[in-house]
Amino acid sequence: MKKGPGKIAGFALEHVFKKPATIQYPFGKLKLEESYRGKIEYDAETCIGCNICARDCPAGAIKVVNVGTKEEKSFQCRLDVGHCIFCAQCVDSCPKKCLHFSPNIELAAFSRDNLKVTM
Amino acid sequence: MSDNSKRITIPIGPQHPALKEPGCFTITLEGEKVVNAVVGVGYNHRGLEKACESRTYIQDLYIIERVCGICSHTHSTAFCQGVEELVGVEISPRAKFIRVIMAELERLHSHLLWLGVAAHEIGFDTLFMYSWRDRELVLDMLAMLGGNRVNYGINTLGGVRRDITPEMKELIHKTLNIVEEQNKYYIDLALHETTLAARLSGIGKLSHEDAIKYGAVGPVARASMVKDDIRVSEPYAAYDQIPVKVVTDDHCDVFGRAVVRVLEIMESISMIRFALDNMPDGDLAVKFPRKVPAGEVFSRTEAPRGEDTHYIRGNGTDKPDRVRVRAASEANWHGMQHMLEGDYLADVPIIIAAIDPCYSCTDRAFIVKDLDHGDQRVWDWQSLKRYSVDWYKKRGFDASKIKLAERRI
Repeated sequence: MKKGPGKIAGFALEHVFKKPATIQYPFGKLKLEESYRGKIEYDAETCIGCNICARDCPAGAIKVVNVGTKEEKSFQCRLDVGHCIFCAQCVDSCPKKCLHFSPNIELAAFSRDNLKVTM
Repeated sequence: MSDNSKRITIPIGPQHPALKEPGCFTITLEGEKVVNAVVGVGYNHRGLEKACESRTYIQDLYIIERVCGICSHTHSTAFCQGVEELVGVEISPRAKFIRVIMAELERLHSHLLWLGVAAHEIGFDTLFMYSWRDRELVLDMLAMLGGNRVNYGINTLGGVRRDITPEMKELIHKTLNIVEEQNKYYIDLALHETTLAARLSGIGKLSHEDAIKYGAVGPVARASMVKDDIRVSEPYAAYDQIPVKVVTDDHCDVFGRAVVRVLEIMESISMIRFALDNMPDGDLAVKFPRKVPAGEVFSRTEAPRGEDTHYIRGNGTDKPDRVRVRAASEANWHGMQHMLEGDYLADVPIIIAAIDPCYSCTDRAFIVKDLDHGDQRVWDWQSLKRYSVDWYKKRGFDASKIKLAERRI
């Protein structure tokens, strides 16, 4: 390349005829990997209610509660998506692997109460 | 010495269009020339170090990762290394290599980001658009490896959380080829585009002696011929098994910093390739205890912006006693006044942007300086809170009665 001004002009003009690099959200969506850390999913069947997830959560966003009786336990996971930082430490900490993450990132809601989900 | 009446003092910031984060620069001008500059940072203090003290080590990992939005991996590596040293755990060679690959990919995306920001500051928006387009490729790789674009969360105490599969390896090699080709073009452009050289040369001068005197780190120091790189001087992770070439430049100005960064991108690409091809097999993470023994440790890593240091003091429980972070930008602020003085007002944004400042990393302590009364002291949290309550009371708003609502799930 010779020294001089306007060196990028040719490069820029070349790109006028190329496909845009951006995606017009929401008309087109970026394809996310399955391994992307999005919203946490919960499987109540395998949960033992140890609450290690709640102990390790840096944001205090997750809690598992027993909604059944002492004899017949039935667990529910309460997740505050507004507080969740999507680090997925709960998924790593869970001894029964009943938590996993999904690539779901479209979690906006109109009120803070709607961000609190029970699974 | 010229007459003081000819001087004019203008505050730039805390909110201003040139820079995206809050920082106040009080610039004294004589005509168009900067004769004095006072750097005021501290608008973005988030109390992360204090937050670390009330949480367990594993929770702290994610807080530490959020110290910086760009160099998140380097902070968590420094923290992990420190805690691993306290416990006396040696991580597997494979985990070390994965940490290096992530760190170098992070350097790639940080330097491409800087190139775009610097181009935007000098009005070269075409370069800004293209460098950020290429940065997206690197971010996609990071998202694939870690699971997030910015806070990769790949580090854990005792190793890493995710593996690099052969398919991923192939994809990274392919993407690196594209990034390398593009970067070669940017190097060509940086060295041959006369407008770029004319705009960046000779401004923000920091001589070799001054760089040492003010304790500059990273590309700022390396652009002043200070051969300072933690990856070489104190190799951590797998850097002792990977050839690292320290890029230096003798321009001692903003142009030199740009050259160092674009050349470092090439070095990072070759290091990632070497690490991917020579990655040993082994476990990802070793078992790590929840309680960490009492003791103190000092850990250093080379962030894209320079040397990043972490001090951790354990007290035998599962929570640290003290965590202190000194990010790279904090070291580079000290020379800023010297760099700004003598230059024109129009050069101020690019000189500030040339150190690749990260404000939220920097803001750690409260030092309230009362210039009117010549009073300077360090305020603790309680006295600062009292001051703010009184300040609002005088203006008819009593904040002392407000109780923060307890957080309920």
